[in-house]
Amino acid sequence: MRFIFKTSYLQDIRLLKHNGYVFWYGLLLIAILLAPLLLDEFYIGEMAFIFIYAIAGLGLMIPVGFTGLPSLGHAAFMAIGAYTNAYLLSSGYSFLLSVALAGIISSLVGGLIAVPLKRMTGIYFAIATLAFAIIVEEIIVHWESVTGGLGGLAVDYPVILGFEMGETWQFYFICLIVLLLVLLGTLNLIRSPSGRAFIAIRDSEISAESMGINLSYYKIKSFAISGLFTGLAGALFAHRLAYLAPDAFNFLLSIQLLMMVVVGGLGTVHGAILGAIFVGLLPQAIAIAKDYLPPFIGEFPGLEPGLFGVILVLFIVFEPMGLYGRWIKFKLFLEMFPLYRKATFKRQKSYLKTERVQ
Amino acid sequence: MTFFSAKGISIEFGGIRAVDNVSFDVDKGSIYTIVGPNGAGKTTIFNIISRIYNLTSGKITFEDQDITHLPTHQVVSRGIARTFQNIELFDHATVLHNLLIGRHIHCKSGLLSDLFFLPSVKRMELEHRRRVEDVIDFLDLQHYRDQLIQNLPYGVRKIVELGRALCTDPKMVLLDEPASGLNVDETEDMAFWIDDIKKLLGITVIMVEHNMSLVSQVSDRVLAINYGKVLAEGSPREVQENPEVIKAYLGEEDVR
Amino acid sequence: MGHPFPFSYEILLPGLPIFWHTFYLFGSRSEFTIFAPDNGRSRLELLQVLITGLGQGCLYGLIALGFVLIYKATEIVNFAQGDLLMMGAFFGVTFIGIMKLPFGLGLLTTLLAMAVFGYLLDKLIIRSMIGESQFSVIILTISIGFILRSVAGGIWGNDLLALETPYSGEMANIYGLMISQEYLVVIAGTIVLSLALFLFFRHSSLGIAMQAASQNQLAAYYMGIPVKRVFSLIWAISALVSGVAGTLMAPISLVSPEMGFIGIKAFAAAVIGGFGSLPGALIGGLIIGCSEQLAGSYLPPGFQKVTAYLIMFLVLTLRPQGLFTQIQQKKV
Repeated sequence: MRFIFKTSYLQDIRLLKHNGYVFWYGLLLIAILLAPLLLDEFYIGEMAFIFIYAIAGLGLMIPVGFTGLPSLGHAAFMAIGAYTNAYLLSSGYSFLLSVALAGIISSLVGGLIAVPLKRMTGIYFAIATLAFAIIVEEIIVHWESVTGGLGGLAVDYPVILGFEMGETWQFYFICLIVLLLVLLGTLNLIRSPSGRAFIAIRDSEISAESMGINLSYYKIKSFAISGLFTGLAGALFAHRLAYLAPDAFNFLLSIQLLMMVVVGGLGTVHGAILGAIFVGLLPQAIAIAKDYLPPFIGEFPGLEPGLFGVILVLFIVFEPMGLYGRWIKFKLFLEMFPLYRKATFKRQKSYLKTERVQ
Repeated sequence: MTFFSAKGISIEFGGIRAVDNVSFDVDKGSIYTIVGPNGAGKTTIFNIISRIYNLTSGKITFEDQDITHLPTHQVVSRGIARTFQNIELFDHATVLHNLLIGRHIHCKSGLLSDLFFLPSVKRMELEHRRRVEDVIDFLDLQHYRDQLIQNLPYGVRKIVELGRALCTDPKMVLLDEPASGLNVDETEDMAFWIDDIKKLLGITVIMVEHNMSLVSQVSDRVLAINYGKVLAEGSPREVQENPEVIKAYLGEEDVR
Repeated sequence: MGHPFPFSYEILLPGLPIFWHTFYLFGSRSEFTIFAPDNGRSRLELLQVLITGLGQGCLYGLIALGFVLIYKATEIVNFAQGDLLMMGAFFGVTFIGIMKLPFGLGLLTTLLAMAVFGYLLDKLIIRSMIGESQFSVIILTISIGFILRSVAGGIWGNDLLALETPYSGEMANIYGLMISQEYLVVIAGTIVLSLALFLFFRHSSLGIAMQAASQNQLAAYYMGIPVKRVFSLIWAISALVSGVAGTLMAPISLVSPEMGFIGIKAFAAAVIGGFGSLPGALIGGLIIGCSEQLAGSYLPPGFQKVTAYLIMFLVLTLRPQGLFTQIQQKKV
């Protein structure tokens, strides 16, 4: 077990807590930077996809994991980001500007929709976000002059400073840069007063309010930032899809996003990233597994959403702290061996009616 | 000038008057205690002062300013902090984190500066951290600094909650049953801290408490209520000897 | 039915369909030909639309009912309620359509199968989640919905199936109103089921035990009520109600694994009716059903699909705790 001697308050604020972190994350970054040289184009494309998912995952983690606002409609922000980007590109805006605008518009929508949402609690909030996503989907279907309706909308290649970024490795780096920026923003946020206020609202609204936290203001803020990040992810997602149709942004996508944060581990930045890797790799894993499974299961229609469901159930029932929680336990197990007790992470259940209301 | 005063405050829930025309004044730098049987409306009075409930009629002033209709989240920036009867800490955060949230009203940074964690934010954070460390020293919480609230024993949580209220730099704190669920030793400690809060920090205290030895040990004045109405007000001794109060606690003698 | 507004709304206010909606509502009165008193045919049309709406609304109401039953008793929000309906419809198709059981017997078998299904669902999966956070439970039930959809697709295939009943395809002529009998059966079935549920909760000891358990789990447990089993039974009843809704819906709309999405509209119904009230759920369903049909007939295309959500959003915006506050505020 590593003990850190703290000699300055700054140590608690640092992003990388000690040199071990610097080493391992540095190594990881180098590996990611070198990946396009070493790996096949297909894998680079898939990694870029995971980066996009990770951006969206961070975007969703802010309301769901940090602020405790259970959104079931984040596919809407992906859609807004994607369509804004595609539309602006087709009207001749430059790539950088259109991606930025996609994020900003999605952020504005997030802030606006949070105005009615902010007073709703728990289940009402969840249902209302779901309704919001359905309404957005329907608007996309019928606003044909901008979105192309059911016919769809083609997405142009990104062009930066006159260079066409059509190659997979170029797109890979674009996604990586956005991911790093969003990651940094998220980390900064949760170590700053705003992030603390989010977590306070998640754990006890009444207490947060009596500590001087303006609930409405911070809920709107949380959704605006979430809209920004998820919108950026949507803008990049548009390039990945190359052709936008409304049903790419349906309820299933919202659930996929939710699955990322739940499976990864609610309330942690690591969780969003791990969840993105998991959800990004899952279709590949299913595709590979299909070849080995008996045809009765392998050819099962609707296998993928069903498997999503099974995995979510298993995580919710057996590992609510997600992959990251599992990793923490494993690490602690190694560090404390042979003294580790299972009860260390015993979950607290609440049986009182009022305790569960929030 | 009265420091804090509640004039004729009443609140109704579905036709039932939980608090009925209660008035009291609190002097600056004193410890004022509200006592009464269970369900007398003590916590409701706290919830009225901290604006969780809207009162039906009456007026509350603090430092000669009307705070009757203040939004809930602004009460604390006027200098009134509180604790809760059943502890409302942020369970999935560390003690340090909880105390830093106590500093929230003094955090003045915008969304963008937070996203980029500008040097100004960093400077401010260090400053808040220093203030939090003062409170940690004051309440002897050093040992628990980086522990999650959900892993702490009940007694320590009570103290952390008190600490969180102190971190707001309040002029007055509302303590809702600070000694409930504490053992004898912990209650003793709590009594000293409450006394220290008054004497060393100069903070006015309004508290709701059942433990009469603690009440008489620290209180300057006591208000006894039952069924939302005032029974008696005065020094701890006067209130304890008041026949109405005794009747409320022990029940009326049967007349045969 | 002709669209009352001849040109595309994008010409009027490009890009703002929702605002256009309000514009239309408060716009010039002459657009509302339907309310013109001298127009007899329109009035008949309106009646027809309303009755279809009532039928549709009964279906929403029934799903919402099943949903509120579970919520009231166990505080679990069952996002898989629509998928229970889907299962019910498939059971109906299996027993009545494929196995060729007589309609009454087939319906009974379906209901029995649904009740067992609901009971087991709670006993095997949901029960382990009692006491977990609401969010976990929401995700759990959503996932169960996905699994059910996938399983149904695997068993019955993803093609649309039709259910033939003794009454399907017939039109009833009531004073010149042509109404398809399926809708009349839906309305009648809903009334019968609601009455049965009312009597059950009011007079049977099991029903009263269920009410007690939903008021206070712990107290009910101490009074000797087997709370866990009661909860499973409530799931059984709720699944049964969904089974009724499914079987009634099957002849109207084709049966497919995707039909469970109707459950989301039932949420809107439950929200409008106040989450904790059974009659409220039914009334909410009727409101949604009727306004949806009205929107389908008199508003531009696309509005029919979102009417339910728009109404719900409006209700929640004005009353964030729902129309009849059943969710208590946390005490401090």
